[in-house]
Amino acid sequence: MFETLSDRLTSVFSSLRSKGRLSEADIDATCREIRIALLEADVALPVVKEFVAQVKERARGAEVSQALNPAQQVVQIVNDELIAILGGETRRLRYAKTPPSVFMLAGLQGSGKTTLAGKLARWLREQGHTPLLVACDLQRPNAVQQLSVLAERAGVGIYAPEPGNGTGDPVAVARQSIDHARRQQHDIVIIDTAGRLGIDVEMMRQAADIRDAVDPDEILFVVDAMIGQDAVTTAQAFLDGVGFDGVVLTKLDGDARGGAALSVRHITGRPIVFASTGEKLDDFDAFHPDRMASRILDMGDVLTLIEQAQRTFDEQEAAKMAGKLASGEGFTLDDFLEQMMMVRKMGPISNLLGMLPGMGQMRDQLNQVDDRDLDRVAAIIRSMTPGERQNPKIINGSRRARIANGSGVSVTEVNSLVTRFFDAQKMMKQMAGGMGIPGMPGFRRKQQKTAKKAKGKRVSGDPRKAAAGRPALDPAPAPQAPSPGMGGLGAIPGQLPPGLKLPPGFDPAKLNLPKKK
Amino acid sequence: MEGYLWLILIVTLVAVLAGGSLLLLKPGRKAKPPVAPPEERPIPGAERPAARGAGEEGDGAATATLPRPIAPAEARPEIEIPPPSAGRMVRLRARLARSQSALGRGLLDLLSRDALDDEVWDEIEDLLITADVGVTPTQAMVEELRTRVKVLGTRTPEQVRSLLREQLLVLIGADMDRTLHVQPHGERPAVVLVVGVNGTGKTTTTGKLARVLVGDGRKVVLGAADTFRAAAADQLQTWGDRVGAEVVRGPEGGDPASIAFDAVSKGIAGKADTVIIDTAGRLHTKTGLMDELGKVKRVVEKKATVDEVLLVLDATTGQNGLTQARVFAEVVDVTGIALTKMDGTAKGGIVIAVQRELGVPVKLVGLGEGPDDLAPFDPEVFVDAILGD
Repeated sequence: MFETLSDRLTSVFSSLRSKGRLSEADIDATCREIRIALLEADVALPVVKEFVAQVKERARGAEVSQALNPAQQVVQIVNDELIAILGGETRRLRYAKTPPSVFMLAGLQGSGKTTLAGKLARWLREQGHTPLLVACDLQRPNAVQQLSVLAERAGVGIYAPEPGNGTGDPVAVARQSIDHARRQQHDIVIIDTAGRLGIDVEMMRQAADIRDAVDPDEILFVVDAMIGQDAVTTAQAFLDGVGFDGVVLTKLDGDARGGAALSVRHITGRPIVFASTGEKLDDFDAFHPDRMASRILDMGDVLTLIEQAQRTFDEQEAAKMAGKLASGEGFTLDDFLEQMMMVRKMGPISNLLGMLPGMGQMRDQLNQVDDRDLDRVAAIIRSMTPGERQNPKIINGSRRARIANGSGVSVTEVNSLVTRFFDAQKMMKQMAGGMGIPGMPGFRRKQQKTAKKAKGKRVSGDPRKAAAGRPALDPAPAPQAPSPGMGGLGAIPGQLPPGLKLPPGFDPAKLNLPKKK
Repeated sequence: MEGYLWLILIVTLVAVLAGGSLLLLKPGRKAKPPVAPPEERPIPGAERPAARGAGEEGDGAATATLPRPIAPAEARPEIEIPPPSAGRMVRLRARLARSQSALGRGLLDLLSRDALDDEVWDEIEDLLITADVGVTPTQAMVEELRTRVKVLGTRTPEQVRSLLREQLLVLIGADMDRTLHVQPHGERPAVVLVVGVNGTGKTTTTGKLARVLVGDGRKVVLGAADTFRAAAADQLQTWGDRVGAEVVRGPEGGDPASIAFDAVSKGIAGKADTVIIDTAGRLHTKTGLMDELGKVKRVVEKKATVDEVLLVLDATTGQNGLTQARVFAEVVDVTGIALTKMDGTAKGGIVIAVQRELGVPVKLVGLGEGPDDLAPFDPEVFVDAILGD
């Protein structure tokens, strides 16, 4: 799998650490890595070229050559530039002075226009508007019905005089809809058009006709976050064909890196207004440039992780869990089972791990961590009696054999789970003592840790890695070099099975960053 | 945001505790884990209209603001006889060339230059990258081309052309088995499962495929197992009615596996040749939905063998297509790819990476919105269209 940009840059720069100054060749090597990273995130080639040239320009400047840590500085520059392009201008929807305001949606087939129309309608209704959905997609079989069902779910009105399925004139429908909206006192009209290809002249003319017929206040270009290099051609074709004022990025709930956002923004200069992040009508959000930047660079996304958690659990559950974790002593297998189920609910474990900063480089290992392993561990724990779960110390040979039989695994697996659990419990205890979960890293343990570090097995608190994660997490003035406090997590490596190492950059000090927001 | 540190710790902890067990396991004796029940999609039952017949649907949808009710979709009683599949690709070649010729021409032009310096090679690389081929496969191909050109020495345009043709064929994999397994086995029909992420054109591909098969003189039953998206079953019904294929559907929000099972049962009872099951679009990152898909396949396998699992990939998809293919292949063992929307400007280069990584061949290409714009994939015709005659 791909490595993150920061890892690549780290390896480029590691060779020149001693030199202290960047040569032209070093900058070229850096830019090559940035280029590949962006291309793999589906940023369009012309955009990549221009972007890299820009970064190169800045990298030559004094800020990099004088920086103590050039790699960190370059990643920072890339991130800054990305945010600058993506979020140069935040804007809200423009409403007409005299209602109804008309919003028109356009895009390729399957980019999610009809679903978005429903989401937008619901969102506007919650803002106190009375939107009217207009079915101008008369091309795809039953698109009209899909829209009427969505309108019903969103609780808004619909204007669908034509049955669709290839018959009827969408331009006429659009034109009539304005009068209809006026009569029915709708203050916003959302026009859902058929999906069309940029090169389909006839369809583009139809879209332009619809535009001319209704004179929309906003034309939104709907684009799929998974789109590849074709984003540029398509965006340009739509800009020339119908023109658009804003972009909506859909299907961001997948794991596509979404380089298209950058391409479209860069090529057309139109801002990204909304992000659509799911199949339900309320999965709809304003666009966050900083998150998108770290997503494109694959730098971990703690904020998304937290949001996902907030969606899945309520405050109380969260507080209870945090308390359990902090108490250390009281941490039982039951608690662990509960936590594991919570994590399972949030999605595939490898995805979650991928969102943690600095985890990107252990992707290979991550790919091996499977949800089935969680299920298997859960089965083992569920085969234990309540007493055993409360106090795993009582698990002796015969109990082990019973548990193994009950869960369909071997005794060795039960053994290893119990051992690892004890290690984890120990670690929690240390953490509770040294750190106190909502508190700051425990400096008490720092000295011991530094000693361990010297063995060279893992280099922790790598400032570059930390820096790579930081801009994404904390756009505010970044704190000075992260404290090398390892907290209690440092206790893990010793007990980790071979092959699953925490990445060198995994430093609990970083994990505090989101709280500073 | 306060206090969410625990979350990170928990995720790590779970990974460490659970992940460890994997590493201690010997590969041979990996016990099949218990399968978690598929996560039901949260569907507010009250808000759901009873979507059964097309006529009923129309009435249900006519809200107060409707000036006139939607005419029922069944106003198309005549059954069309679609043309057979043979030679479709050749017919649709012109459309393919529209999207592809720039790539082929550009490559030909570059390779025919007198001096092939680094700049030209960079341009060739750029061309391939803009086709979504991906960085690694591109570099591999450029390296190969470089060696071949060096061996070739002087080049005539014909030589360059045949070299490029050869290379592209290697890249696309001319020797893969691309036959669509739709032959019935004795009493039981062949079962085709259509899967993919949202908006790639699964339902449309299912409809078109049904037409292709009916055109080839087969009896087809369609299973509308997309119970999630509004009016997806109606969309399939429309396709089915056009060619006279029976469509098995269930209530919206129902269990897709049971609809798939019903469709296969109907297929067996009605002595159909092929049963095509259209599933709901799902992002490969949604565990619950992927489990649901696994269940659909398992349930169908109780009744018949699933001969073909078609992953529908959109030609505009970028590098994420590879991840999609990988996850779907893990869950339902994809046997072929249907590449849709090839009539646009997108080049669909991602299939090259998918084929390289997973060895799953492209079996069908969608080349337009017309009902007969789906063709069996023929690599030679495809490459010739790319290079232009």
